[in-house]
Amino acid sequence: MFAYVVRRLIGGVFLLLLVSLVTFVLFFAGPINPAKFTCGKQCTPALIEQNTKALGYDKPVLEQWGTYVVGIVKGRDFPDDPALKKTAPETIAHCSAPCLGYSPQTSQNVTTELQPRIPVSVSLAIAAFIMWMIIGVGAGIIAALLRGSVIDKALVGVSLIFYAMPTVVTGLLLYQFVAIKWQLVPAPQYVPFSQSPVQWLQGLFLPALTLALYYAAGYVRLTRAFILETLGEDYLRTAKAKGVPRVRVLFRHTLRAALTPIVTQAGLDLGALLGGAIITEQIFSYPGLGALAVSSANQYDLPTTIGIVLVVATFIIIANLVVDVLYGLIDPRVKLA
Amino acid sequence: MTESPLLEVDNLSVEFLQRGAATVNAVRGISYHVNRGEFLGIVGESGSGKSVSSMAVMGLLPSTARVTGDIRYRGESLLERDDKTLSKLRGKEISMVFQDPLSALTPVYTVGNQITEALKLHDSGLSDKAADARVIELLTTVGIPAPERRAKAFPHEFSGGMRQRVMIAMAIANDPDLIIADEPTTALDVTIQAQILEVLQKAKEVTGAAVVLITHDLGVVAGNVDRVAVMYAGRLVETGTVEQVLTAPRMPYTMGLLRSVPNMQTAGRSRLVPMEGRPPSLAALPPGCPFEPRCPASIDACSTAEPPLVQIGGTGPGSREVACIRADEFERGTLGIADVFPHPEPVPPEEQAQVKGATVLQVTDLKRHFPLTKGVVFRKTIGSVKAVDGITFDIEEKQVLGLVGESGCGKSTTILEILELARPQSGSIELNGVDVASLNSSARLKLRGDVQVVFQDPMAAIDPRLSIEDIVSEPLTVRGASRSERSAKVRELLETVGLDPAMSGRYPHQFSGGQRQRIGIARALATDPKLLILDEPVSALDVSIQAGVINLLQDLKDSRGLSYLFVAHDLAVVRQIADVVAVMYLGRIVELGEADNVFSHPQHPYTQALLSAVPIPDPRVERTRQRVLLDGDLPSPTQEIPGCNFHGRCPLFKILDAAHQERCIQTDPSLRSVHNSSVACHFAEENPLRVTGVDITEKEKS
Repeated sequence: MFAYVVRRLIGGVFLLLLVSLVTFVLFFAGPINPAKFTCGKQCTPALIEQNTKALGYDKPVLEQWGTYVVGIVKGRDFPDDPALKKTAPETIAHCSAPCLGYSPQTSQNVTTELQPRIPVSVSLAIAAFIMWMIIGVGAGIIAALLRGSVIDKALVGVSLIFYAMPTVVTGLLLYQFVAIKWQLVPAPQYVPFSQSPVQWLQGLFLPALTLALYYAAGYVRLTRAFILETLGEDYLRTAKAKGVPRVRVLFRHTLRAALTPIVTQAGLDLGALLGGAIITEQIFSYPGLGALAVSSANQYDLPTTIGIVLVVATFIIIANLVVDVLYGLIDPRVKLA
Repeated sequence: MTESPLLEVDNLSVEFLQRGAATVNAVRGISYHVNRGEFLGIVGESGSGKSVSSMAVMGLLPSTARVTGDIRYRGESLLERDDKTLSKLRGKEISMVFQDPLSALTPVYTVGNQITEALKLHDSGLSDKAADARVIELLTTVGIPAPERRAKAFPHEFSGGMRQRVMIAMAIANDPDLIIADEPTTALDVTIQAQILEVLQKAKEVTGAAVVLITHDLGVVAGNVDRVAVMYAGRLVETGTVEQVLTAPRMPYTMGLLRSVPNMQTAGRSRLVPMEGRPPSLAALPPGCPFEPRCPASIDACSTAEPPLVQIGGTGPGSREVACIRADEFERGTLGIADVFPHPEPVPPEEQAQVKGATVLQVTDLKRHFPLTKGVVFRKTIGSVKAVDGITFDIEEKQVLGLVGESGCGKSTTILEILELARPQSGSIELNGVDVASLNSSARLKLRGDVQVVFQDPMAAIDPRLSIEDIVSEPLTVRGASRSERSAKVRELLETVGLDPAMSGRYPHQFSGGQRQRIGIARALATDPKLLILDEPVSALDVSIQAGVINLLQDLKDSRGLSYLFVAHDLAVVRQIADVVAVMYLGRIVELGEADNVFSHPQHPYTQALLSAVPIPDPRVERTRQRVLLDGDLPSPTQEIPGCNFHGRCPLFKILDAAHQERCIQTDPSLRSVHNSSVACHFAEENPLRVTGVDITEKEKS
């Protein structure tokens, strides 16, 4: 088990290297020289060239990629010139590990820029995750048990409506009615947990609900289908034949087996969502990774974009690993090797 | 005062209501009883209602079922009870063993956990320690080795036979008074079936419970049960003691079943009697006797009203019940089983193909080993699975070689190697005198026409999206035949296999299983092959359908001079059709010889065990048979076994003295000629084990 996790983590590192290489190559495939954004209106060809050099954009692609990867581990200096560091340390910008590069648009290190935004996206993703699992799986179980009834049809129908509705509509409707018109909750905004846990939770409620409603819709159908499939299994008949009461058959023998594929889906969805919910964050002006992804893409902020891609990829790789390990715990037939 | 029966089923009917379709009458007014400690067999084909009626007893039918009539357990009605009170009864007083042990245990809990659950449900005061001790005791009772360790294992870590033992352990956990076993051995190998039936008998002794055994196999019933009830189309059609029903049946359906199933004792001497047609749809039953359309003894009165189940033979101990209006004629002897189901005639000598006896297939020292590897990036070989390990046999023109053995013995790999028509890993394969290793691709395509295959499952082996004409003519299309040639050939082939050529435009789902297998045979014949490889061709078919397909294969062989490599696990079927038998064990042939010789005088202890495990549908034989039982399962194919690879399970090895045993452990026996057969056993001559009930002891009564 431990060896398996270690091996998967090493594999994950290789995967991240590959992701960074691909995004790096794409970076240079475009016609944009990031150094152009370093000086704004005062730009002269000479100044651009000087900054190109200082940021290392004059080197070959592979060498730059190497410097970038080393920078993530060790940190790096801009410009990377040991002689200058001795003579004029004040002209050098240091970017400490894990250094994801320097963004000329925001005149900040990418890491510094991303750091405060990660907890925002993570809180949102986890709050939404908890809500959608309770709503989606719960409704799915009810629908499966009452198959064919009015309640089943209503649950499946309602879930279809939310599934068809883009988050931008759900989000705006919730904002408009729940927060502004009926004032059931204060206008959503992000408050760090460390500042006030209660406000943090209040602020999270609507954006998380927006996401949860969308995702829960899929989970209702998923859970319903898997439970119905499991309900046909022979071993449930065995359990009933040995006298296991109905409720216990459901919780002990049915749910555990039906859970496995849901865990897989949930893990991957959560992993992807940790990297930021682009639209929802925009609607509720949440300063998360999703919002940053939009603005950096609009401003040709390539170093920030690459940084976000790497962070998101890391989340997804970890989520995948967690799912696989959970799988092994839930289903003894799965051997981790 | 006479004791009331343990279970009384009184006029029980089960209907399944279907939206937008006719109601399915799965069970129609059946009545039977089970006495304390009695062993009752319920026999019937799939869809006869035998499982549904026992699920009704357990209260386990889905909510779409409408149950009427009454079921009384110890005189109290079960139908009126709610699910909660029923679940107190289930597993405590009445328990059940199901068919497919591979899916009948919850995969995510250990077997110990699942047995403990059954114990604690009915005894909430049971301590963990006491429960654990009881689990180990139960596992020991059902013969699971190392029970302390195995209790902690998950179901997927057990073989099918071992899982069925666990199921039985669970069923007897609370000392029930009634055990219902629903086809408990159907998915298992014949040697494992014998073990499980033994365990079931033991379970019955330990608990003193009554057992209801539901099966389609008359042989399984013969050796075990006291009374038999035969079901057809949702009704009981004949009941009586096992002797009465199996040796002197009074209902033509029972007679037909007995005549259509090959009996390993008598197989091959006379042809099987096929039962034409198939059971009626339970949603649209004819007004008369449901068996009337298939019954050769039917008279006009049969189609007007359904005959009730009535008592015949007085009220004494000889009394029994039959649902047939001609039962009296059978009882008086004016109408006999031979009048109703005469044995069909074989192909007359003048129509038989004349052959010279040339060798069609010669397999010499064929080997196929699969490497076992370890590691993800750097694979290294850590051993090998010897799927086929040096086998030699040949098949002559118009000869049938039966290849038998338990699942996992290498039968299928052998077939695949031959069908490959390529150079084998080791050894040689010659077809019509041509070494397949020497073929180029065009010669291979040409030769492929000479060897064709018929697969086990006719539902899966033909493409449901092609018409019958396209399926049967495909081998010809590949060989560039014109449309008109193909069409003529398809009509001819369909006629040959007993199907109406006018049906060639239909699709597979419009045919029954037996008909589909005939389509598979027609396709195999399209290229006029010399050799047909038949891979379990009848094992997926219902018993009453099997006989027709076997007869067809025999006729085709006689009239066309075909040779067959017939692979099967059902030894009675093999004896019926094969001229030569090869018994395989772990990739080797352990005994090879004339079928009659091998079946009447088996010499290898494995062959002896295989043969004695086959149940024979004759209670007189079953009760007096001596058995040679095998221990345990087939060893893992990855295991390296020194010496004779059978010695770990060998019944002969156990009774040898140490010096002889040493030879089995040290030296691998090779095939050698003993009494006209080839046997791979060091001590075949001194083998004192005898299998009784294999040879004919008295002439079959007809």
